[in-house]
Amino acid sequence: MRVTFRVNGRRQEADDVWEGESLLYVLRERLGLPGSKNACEQGECGSCTVRLDGVPVCACLVAAGQVEGRDVVTVEGLADYAKQRSAGGGCATAACGTSGPGTSLDAARQWESRPTDSATGEGTATSPRATLSPIQQAFIDAGAVQCGFCTPGLLVAADEMLERNPNPSDADIREALSGNLCRCTGYEKILDAVRLAAARQSEGV
Amino acid sequence: MGTTGTPTNITQGSRTSGGIGESTLRPDGTLKVTGEFAYSSDMWHEDMLWGHILRSPVAHAEIVSIDTSEALAQPGVYAVMTYDDLPTDVRNYGLEIQDTPVLANGRVRHHGEPVAIVAADHPETARRAAAKIKVEYRELPIVTDEATATAPDAPVLHPGRTDHHAPHAPHPNIVHRQPIVRGDVEEARGRADVIVEGEYVFGMQDQAFLGPESGLAVPAEDGGVDLYIATQWLHADLRQIAPVLGLPEDKVRMTLAGVGGAFGGREDLSMQIHACLLALRTGKPVKIVYNRFESFFGHVHRHPAKLYYEHGATRDGKLTHVKCRIVLDGGAYASSSPAVVGNAASLGAGPYVIDDVDIEVIALYTNNPPCGAMRGFGAVQACFAYEAQMDKLAAKLGMDPVEFRQLNAMEQGSVMPTGQRVDSPAPVAELLRRVKAMPLPPERQWETTEGADVRQLPGGLSNTTHGEGVVRGVGYAVGIKNVGFSEGFDDYSTARVRMEVVGGEPVAVVHTAMAEVGQGGVTVHAQIARTELGVTQVTIQPADTQVGSAGSTSASRQTYVTGGAVKYACELVREKVLEIGRRKFGSYHPAWATAELLLEGGKVVTDGGEALADLTDLLEDEVVEVEEVWRHRPTEPFDLRTGQGNGHVQYSFAAHRAVVEVDTELGLVKVIELACAQDVGKALNPLSVVGQIQGGTTQGLGMAVMEEILVDPRTAKVRNPSFTDYLIPTILDTPTIPVDVLELADEHAPYGLRGVGEAPTLSSTPAVLAAIRAATGLELARTPVRPEHLTGMA
Repeated sequence: MRVTFRVNGRRQEADDVWEGESLLYVLRERLGLPGSKNACEQGECGSCTVRLDGVPVCACLVAAGQVEGRDVVTVEGLADYAKQRSAGGGCATAACGTSGPGTSLDAARQWESRPTDSATGEGTATSPRATLSPIQQAFIDAGAVQCGFCTPGLLVAADEMLERNPNPSDADIREALSGNLCRCTGYEKILDAVRLAAARQSEGV
Repeated sequence: MGTTGTPTNITQGSRTSGGIGESTLRPDGTLKVTGEFAYSSDMWHEDMLWGHILRSPVAHAEIVSIDTSEALAQPGVYAVMTYDDLPTDVRNYGLEIQDTPVLANGRVRHHGEPVAIVAADHPETARRAAAKIKVEYRELPIVTDEATATAPDAPVLHPGRTDHHAPHAPHPNIVHRQPIVRGDVEEARGRADVIVEGEYVFGMQDQAFLGPESGLAVPAEDGGVDLYIATQWLHADLRQIAPVLGLPEDKVRMTLAGVGGAFGGREDLSMQIHACLLALRTGKPVKIVYNRFESFFGHVHRHPAKLYYEHGATRDGKLTHVKCRIVLDGGAYASSSPAVVGNAASLGAGPYVIDDVDIEVIALYTNNPPCGAMRGFGAVQACFAYEAQMDKLAAKLGMDPVEFRQLNAMEQGSVMPTGQRVDSPAPVAELLRRVKAMPLPPERQWETTEGADVRQLPGGLSNTTHGEGVVRGVGYAVGIKNVGFSEGFDDYSTARVRMEVVGGEPVAVVHTAMAEVGQGGVTVHAQIARTELGVTQVTIQPADTQVGSAGSTSASRQTYVTGGAVKYACELVREKVLEIGRRKFGSYHPAWATAELLLEGGKVVTDGGEALADLTDLLEDEVVEVEEVWRHRPTEPFDLRTGQGNGHVQYSFAAHRAVVEVDTELGLVKVIELACAQDVGKALNPLSVVGQIQGGTTQGLGMAVMEEILVDPRTAKVRNPSFTDYLIPTILDTPTIPVDVLELADEHAPYGLRGVGEAPTLSSTPAVLAAIRAATGLELARTPVRPEHLTGMA
């Protein structure tokens, strides 16, 4: 079957999709977006967390056919999604349910992730990297990334929580991220990162 | 060539510079937060096939017949291979003992053993085709523990053993036996005023790294194969893969793809050979990705253990002796069982001064899942038991458990049960003092102002208590782990370092085969290069087999050994750079000949701080490159009868204090805080060091209260191969983990550093157990603790 949907603001078509394929498989193997991770493929670890019409879901538990005509945001589009949100009053797509006043559906739909470029991990003076979202930068700065396999799912989940709850308590953070397993860090630096992102967000830095 | 996801150079410099001792950020951090970092399961090739492995549904059976015809006839299937299709006579592999069949040879010895492999154009096609392979099994009796494995009529799992442990193994189903005998335990027992005995059970733990076993094998025009893979040691894989394929090692070109954690679980091969076989058979690239279910069968686990301990002490609290017997279940194949035995034995008395010691450790062959390396490697199981013993002794003596440990703590100069003198700092008593001195979290927080936040109580969001039935306990533990490969192993690493001017700036390029599995080796290599070569920009090249072996990313050894190799190669590069400088500029300034010269801030400077030349002017278009091997001090094997020998190169120590709250009615445990103090010698990257300690601590917490692979003793089948049924700590299960890092230099190690990764995994588990015992008064001789153990229902 053919599945047509929007990923990171861009229309995508996947052909010859077998009906049993998950959204995760289509993203990773058919659309060249392997950022969403395949740690358990049974909805337990949260590594494949994406936004489906604004709602965080495990992409491994979503049948590909279910996303027909819908909006998906993955870690690859997170930086631009966050940028769009801050420009658009709190919501990057009209679908997330908390859009601020003045963001029209059309304006929200204008959002489109830019293509990724550098593979060096750091920009140079002549070729600056796409700016990271606050939560992405905070994960790096706080040392919340070790092997990094849980990171994409945690970033999408944490970003969604900060969208809903810009000043979370530690208990709020733990509750919101309890569906995302990490085996390397012991979570302490993930908490640090989310606190850091929240603080930077509230101070406008 | 149409492959996406192949690793590229990572350059780090202006924004995140920093030498050793600074909390420099990861050079791969940006790639990892944007989703661009390519893990082994992200590899893709335009016309690749998918491999799938058919595994045994039973634990022990003769294979009567295999019929692959129907599978092969499925549309989209390109190849089906069994034992009979293997290309050479080398059909087994293994880290130390080559006892593991690439594909089952007429017999399977454990649940999940690979029997056949399939390549097809879609993973589901491959899976369905594998299901159509008809295998007739004739089941055989199983052995699952010491009694059944060594019974007179026990089936011998590996008849005709020729490995070098076989001659001294007391039974063919015992992989290896290591005694450690020192002093006279019988005599010492006579001096003891109190004696405590204990039998302990340690469950089977899984590494549960999140990135599943996966990789891509691409057949090459020269008849060889390019393999992109997640592993802990490229060259050890290569040594095992090439002979099975019938290829010389230089035709199996391996590149490290992104590794999603390891913790020992990637020391053994998983799908490496299978992917290469299918690629060479079909002439097409083949990708294999395990799902989580298969991952539980696809790697070895931590050895479950039964541990018997007897300790004695005098009335004034001095340990007299220890008698110990540890039985490790190695499962169906040897993996690294012999080395795990050596560790459990040599570290079995813990970080204490005990002159009279009688230890025996064995590892069994059984039909249970194969066990091998996991973070802590034999020292973990022993620490769980000897720390329980310390608490029992302290209680019996009426002493404080921390003071009792401090009274017996080893220190620099102490002698191990192996006779080895500990020749670098061993601050065991100090680490205990530090965790004890940390402020305790406030008690009964649920009774404060706004009432209970159920999220902070046992049972959490299940809302099972608002404080009623909840009691608190505090427990302590300390452990000792070796760093590096032991027992005479030639534990070397190789580094290639190049210095050149790129874009008007001096750049250091570091190339090693070190497996970055998340620990931050790439961060540390860049820091070392900056410190030694005075540059800002460092490029880390992808790890591959085009450079010499780096040894394994295990045994807490990579910062020590490959870090040591990078440092050494940098020193040689620096000498060559200074040589060029002397040649070009020596006549302009006498300091070139007389002063000690350093490279700093892109310049050659004297030790007095005077700049002599810019590196850009000095090098111009010259390229300085060095590839060198570096090794730590040699170690010795343990004597087979007495266990005596200088077997380890370095020891590392950590202590924990656990604070738990237990709902005694429901048997639910909430770990409130898990504080750790660890000596790291020198923290090359303090941020990463703390991250390692917190991560290791959390794996120990999992082992204390939730993690266990359940194997049905009647069938030897794994009952919980999923993250639904095998639980690892979530962010809700994990408490605050304050860390106190001590830096007492080991003069024998580069920069004085001490391996960090494993020690925190040791003492975490027994500290939590001690806290639960303190809260409940229960004996709790097994880990993990489950609710039924706390409510008297087990």
